[in-house]
Amino acid sequence: MFKKDLGLLLLILVVGTVVAVINPLFLSAINLGNTANLVGLFGIFAIGQAFVIITGGIELSVGSIIALLGVLFVDLIVGHEMAWPLALVLMLALGVLIGLIHGLLITRMHMQPFIVTLCGLLIYRGAARFYTQDGTAGFGFGVSFPQLEWLATGRSLGVPHSFIALIIIACLMWVVLHRSVFGRYLYAVGKNEEAARYSGIRTNRVIIAAYIISAVLTAISAIFFAMYTRSISPSSHGNFYELYAIAAAVLGGCSLRGGEGSIVGVVLGTVLLQVLQNLVNLLGIPSSLNFAVMGSVILIGVLADQQFAEYRKRKSEAAGKIPAS
Amino acid sequence: MAGAFFRMIDIAKSYAGVQAVQGVNFSVYPGEVIGLVGENGAGKSTLMKIIGGVIEPSSGSLEIDGVQRKSLTVRESMGAGIAFVHQELNLFDNLDVASNVYIGREPLYGGPFRLVDRKKLRADVQPLLERLGVDFTPETMVSDMSIAQRQLLEIAKALSLNSRLVIMDEPTSSLTLIETDRLLNVVAGLKASGVSVIFISHRLNELTKCADRVVVLRDGRVVGELGKGEISHAAMIRLMIGRDLKALYVPPAARPGEAVLSVSDARTTAYPTQTVSLSVRQGEILGLAGLVGAGRTELARALFGIDTLIAGSLILNGKTVEVGSPRQAIAQGIFLVPEDRKRCGLLLDISIAENIALPNMKACASTGLVNEEVVAANAERQKKRLHIRAASVNQEGNSLSGGNQQKVVLAKWLAMNPRVLICDEPTRGVDVGAKSELYEMLRGLADAGVAILMISSDMEEVIGVSDRIAVMHEGMISGFLERAEFSEHNVLRLAVGESIH
Repeated sequence: MFKKDLGLLLLILVVGTVVAVINPLFLSAINLGNTANLVGLFGIFAIGQAFVIITGGIELSVGSIIALLGVLFVDLIVGHEMAWPLALVLMLALGVLIGLIHGLLITRMHMQPFIVTLCGLLIYRGAARFYTQDGTAGFGFGVSFPQLEWLATGRSLGVPHSFIALIIIACLMWVVLHRSVFGRYLYAVGKNEEAARYSGIRTNRVIIAAYIISAVLTAISAIFFAMYTRSISPSSHGNFYELYAIAAAVLGGCSLRGGEGSIVGVVLGTVLLQVLQNLVNLLGIPSSLNFAVMGSVILIGVLADQQFAEYRKRKSEAAGKIPAS
Repeated sequence: MAGAFFRMIDIAKSYAGVQAVQGVNFSVYPGEVIGLVGENGAGKSTLMKIIGGVIEPSSGSLEIDGVQRKSLTVRESMGAGIAFVHQELNLFDNLDVASNVYIGREPLYGGPFRLVDRKKLRADVQPLLERLGVDFTPETMVSDMSIAQRQLLEIAKALSLNSRLVIMDEPTSSLTLIETDRLLNVVAGLKASGVSVIFISHRLNELTKCADRVVVLRDGRVVGELGKGEISHAAMIRLMIGRDLKALYVPPAARPGEAVLSVSDARTTAYPTQTVSLSVRQGEILGLAGLVGAGRTELARALFGIDTLIAGSLILNGKTVEVGSPRQAIAQGIFLVPEDRKRCGLLLDISIAENIALPNMKACASTGLVNEEVVAANAERQKKRLHIRAASVNQEGNSLSGGNQQKVVLAKWLAMNPRVLICDEPTRGVDVGAKSELYEMLRGLADAGVAILMISSDMEEVIGVSDRIAVMHEGMISGFLERAEFSEHNVLRLAVGESIH
């Protein structure tokens, strides 16, 4: 797993170097700061997606959750003048509830994760649009929340707070995934749910917990996104974000079959995606090609990784046979 | 009677040095029903796979219509008019009867569009169904059919291929009495129209009803053939047994104590109308014998909380307990070494150490965080104790032999103080050396006070290792045997549902 992360880091450095050589603006403080901010915003929910993917599931409603919780949050603090810490807690609670419902439908009702979360994608998007009657939710002129804005969009020593939040969350989640009992159970369930059950693991609870973690992390990034964009049009806010999350997780070594993946990998995957977007802008590639560039790099990256893994396996098998014979 | 159209001449097959069948001579004449019996592992399936062209014999030859050949392919076997009705039926649930009969050979129209001619399909299937006298139509969906109906559909499929020989492997194992009678009528009908049937069954009653002769296999050899007038329970059982059993038995260190786990009137999903009562005592190995499909695995799964018991109660050390999930079973000290090692026993692509720690992760952790050193130390201890042969405890389960994988499964539970250990076919797919090691471990555990319930279909194992044997037949305990009464004869009689007294 460590080797995989190293390969990804190398790829990021190579791509970064090439971009920096062609356009030195890449390394400017402003550009690096902006990119770090985006890495922070996208990385938080990508980590959540990774938890779900490790169980062998998928979470497609990420973008819609970001839109729904975004408009609710802004409306509560601006329209209803609720204290923002209370609104924040409420949004996190809503995240728990959404994750719980997804998890229960998948484990107790035996529905497929793809279907449950696809319906979530449609339902939450519709709810967000209905709630604002398709209008834009935003902060009016002169409305300001100095503390909240400092927390969500401020910088310390030039580092955007969203990026710092990602680092803190990543460290926390690294411990959960790679060091805790729960993490072991999560991998075991993803690799072989049946055998995990025979070992006394409450597999349903583990799966539900993964969906809750995903939805809560998504709720946190929903707040960051709301404060970053400052105005949310519910029909387009967060569109396709679930695909960014899945792409980052897959680039970072998660297998859609479950049981594989690492936090470092997912964070690096997010970094690579953002660097690629940045590259499109900086190298003067038409921005309409944005998705095409991203798709090609993921395709080639995953293909190369698999070919390399097979080559290594064949080599180790060949090496293993010689002493045996 | 006309001459035999199919012959096996001196057929032998060995797997990695183990002789599965040897010196088998066997002929099939047109229009006869041959019963084939033998214990689990006597070589019936190997023989049938050779006839079906799935495996090649190591030596000997096959003769079809007077032409000799070394082996058959599946296609050649079908071409010669041999059809199988398997225990696990090979049907497409999502299609109707007619489509299943002609799957891959559909009548077509529309030239290059290759559309299926559904009218002709149904018209072709109708007479086959009439011939069998079935109660479903060509349009019936397979998903709506009972197991008995599906079996008849398999037979219809065989007839559509103009089969001369239909091989039925345990066709009645999941049928009711009425359905069985109907199937036996169909067999008689096939016979009357000149089709031969090889009928493999553990239910000796049916063979006395329908077979023209019975061939008995034991240890891969044909040990006897009974003609029409000689077919009887006693004669079949006499031929099936008689193997020399090696002296495996190690007596317990002390007399068995009180009952640790008592099951009373338990009903499982496999046989909801039958009840099971038994108790396992402290320090004993209770063998649970029976034929495949007798409901033993289902009982084990229910005791471990994988499936729920429909009815009945469990008493553990004098107290009534509920076991609703594996976790509850584990908390009470009831552990299961499952039948399907690779799917349920252990995780193949994580390390030995992780596998051993998995059920007992809490003991290897403080404040929710795993302590790798404790995990490794535990695994090392178990590796030494159980002689797990691996370069290191970081090796993945995949890379281990069957015997060593099974030791890892045992190691999971040994680290946690078992009270009751249920082993379902503990030595299946395990080599001889590891087998005797596993037996030693079971005896050692029993002597340490654990109550062991050992499910086994291996006669040698059941008789050689158990202190007491319970025999199951179709979801019920058909009898208990004490050490003095142990014999292959007694176990087998109980396993086919007869009393021994």
